[in-house]
Amino acid sequence: MKKALFLGTMTVAGLAAGVAAADTLGDVKARGNLNCGVSTGLAGFSAPDANGEWQGFDVAVCRAVAAAVVGDPAKVKFTPLTAQTRFSALASGEIDVLSRNTTWTFSRDADLGFTFVGVNYYDGQGFMVPKALGVSSAKELSGATVCIQTGTTTELNLADYFRKNNMQYEPVPIESNAEAQQQYLAGACDVYTTDASGLASTRATFANPDDHILLPEIISKEPLGPLVRQGDDKWADIVRWTLNALIAAEEYGITSANIEELAKGTENPEINRVLGKEGDLGAMIGLDAAWAHRAIAANGNYGEIFAATIGESTPIGLARGLNAQWTQGGLQYSPPFR
Amino acid sequence: MALTADIPKGNFRLSMLLYDTRYRSITIQVVFLMLFMAGAAWLVDNAVQNLHNLGKDFNYSFLGSRAGYDINQTFIQYNSNSTHARAMLVGLLNTIFVSVLACALATVLGVIAGVLRLSKNWVVAKLMTVYVETFRNVPVLLWIILIFAVMTESTPAPNAFRGETPTASMSLFDSIAVTNRGVYIPEPVFSNSLGNIDIGIFLISNDLLAILAVLIASIYVNRLILRNATAVQYATGIRPVTWWKSVLVLVVPVIVLLFALGFHVIKPELKGFNFQGGIQMRNSLISLWLALSIYTGAFIAENVRAGILAVSKGQTEAASALGLRPSRTMKLVILPQALRVIVPPLISQYLNITKNSSLAIAVGYMDLRSTLGGITLNQTGRELEAMLLMMLIYLILSLMISSAMNLYNRSVKMKER
Repeated sequence: MKKALFLGTMTVAGLAAGVAAADTLGDVKARGNLNCGVSTGLAGFSAPDANGEWQGFDVAVCRAVAAAVVGDPAKVKFTPLTAQTRFSALASGEIDVLSRNTTWTFSRDADLGFTFVGVNYYDGQGFMVPKALGVSSAKELSGATVCIQTGTTTELNLADYFRKNNMQYEPVPIESNAEAQQQYLAGACDVYTTDASGLASTRATFANPDDHILLPEIISKEPLGPLVRQGDDKWADIVRWTLNALIAAEEYGITSANIEELAKGTENPEINRVLGKEGDLGAMIGLDAAWAHRAIAANGNYGEIFAATIGESTPIGLARGLNAQWTQGGLQYSPPFR
Repeated sequence: MALTADIPKGNFRLSMLLYDTRYRSITIQVVFLMLFMAGAAWLVDNAVQNLHNLGKDFNYSFLGSRAGYDINQTFIQYNSNSTHARAMLVGLLNTIFVSVLACALATVLGVIAGVLRLSKNWVVAKLMTVYVETFRNVPVLLWIILIFAVMTESTPAPNAFRGETPTASMSLFDSIAVTNRGVYIPEPVFSNSLGNIDIGIFLISNDLLAILAVLIASIYVNRLILRNATAVQYATGIRPVTWWKSVLVLVVPVIVLLFALGFHVIKPELKGFNFQGGIQMRNSLISLWLALSIYTGAFIAENVRAGILAVSKGQTEAASALGLRPSRTMKLVILPQALRVIVPPLISQYLNITKNSSLAIAVGYMDLRSTLGGITLNQTGRELEAMLLMMLIYLILSLMISSAMNLYNRSVKMKER
């Protein structure tokens, strides 16, 4: 009995870890599509639309990577993952890149064996409450019942925040965003807490979004970004610079409207280098010269993606805030393409 | 023995390992064992190698570090500054708690349904058949989620109890509040509490120990009274009236003790966001408890029915020929024999309840799977370590349950003399 148990575990461990030292770029090219881990449904960030096509801010990163590597933004297989299953899926090689509003932390980077390639959304943890509750600050939440997704950094921030402020609360652990939404709307919890962007996205899907408010307190730093397995630096570089290309494109004014025009060559050598007209940046990361051209053409530049998926004109209605370009007083800053 | 001694020694050839029936089975077993061990070694080596390639080591030091998360239902002192090991212990106690509750309720339901399924009343018998067949044949996870959904969707939020004209009200003399966050029941408290003993890992309430001690003493004295009554009955043929003595011995000391300790109950009251005071039975606990109980109860009902049917009809007839009433026939003749058949499969049902309680994660009940195998695993990234540890704990728990039940089985099984 014991032996059988042990054997079973080892089999799982052995199989799961079988693909560790791999050449992800080669695998993706040979397979012809990118395996990308996304959330199980968070409107604006990653959710299937009416046609079953995955759409959103995090999804756009995957599409850009697929366009750069495989040449077609549609060649992505999306795997919906919960907060609990996401890391095992990436570690086991089931997915090539995890783009699922995941917070970049020291221990995830160092101890879990992943490499965060950048930040595509600077976020912080917030609280959502029904307006009828009459609460205007998180400091008034002592004794409240709080819905929280388990296996997230928000769980730890919440414990720390209430402890620091000497307040009591009752945690209701919940597996997915959809479930949390249902519990919150049924009144099984007074407060729902997660990343502020996630709250805005969840609120946008309510029947009466105006009945709920986000409290002004942001209790943590949550830099969200795509991540890959540690140990394949070439692949990490590809994902990192694809994200940087999207951010740089906005800075240089490359949009999906003028990209074909600019790709013919411009006076600006920086744009020429990004679009592969000058230099051989593509070859340095094992891709062809037009990789960034395809990545940007897939969904537009960072600003266009933001505006189309979660920006102020969408139901999610998030302001650029910290996520504006560094030239606009934000934090989005791409290292130079040189 | 004589045969083997006759065989001349010294002319052993290697081929005899394969062609001689005396050695062949041993040869085959040795070869199989070696293959099995080689396979196991390869798997272990593969896992270790691959973990190494992933940059992960195998150690349990994370158990000593700060957990950082809160748990809503705790039977021992715990806060977010406690260690992962303590969080695991909290989870284990929650697992044991829900398992014990579910085993008890499942047994009651199972025995009732099993007996009623054999009832001569057609409607009752068919109703029980419907119960058994419906609950047995739908996965227990669905029952858990269904009960949870009903509990959260159909009960009022605590808010509904508020205001001048509340839309919901508490039941049973304002002592029980059924809300979509759980059921709040009155909490027993002692105003002259004796305090707690700290045994290192957790605190034990002295009040509880005192009550248990008095109860055990009462039961012992009651036994002496009954034994004395039996002795009198054997000697004189008349059994003395003992019921008032039993009541006096069993009830009065406990009441006196409770009075001395200042026993009273605190009713739950709506304060702030939630009901305060009283005990909160969370929806996650209730749904898990009820679902496990009625699901496993259906299996136990079948065990009970099988046990009763296994007792020959002649036994009932003989008992009634001796003039025993049906209730005494059941108690003295049928059940003691039926228990022999019922108990062994009952053990495996109890094990099933304990193992199925790990479905708690579906409704956010903080059991061992949700603490050690859920949050701790996720925050520390120690999948293999946490899973192996959890398997070991469940294994030990199951072995403990089955050995306890085996002891009981030994006491009810047929004694052949």
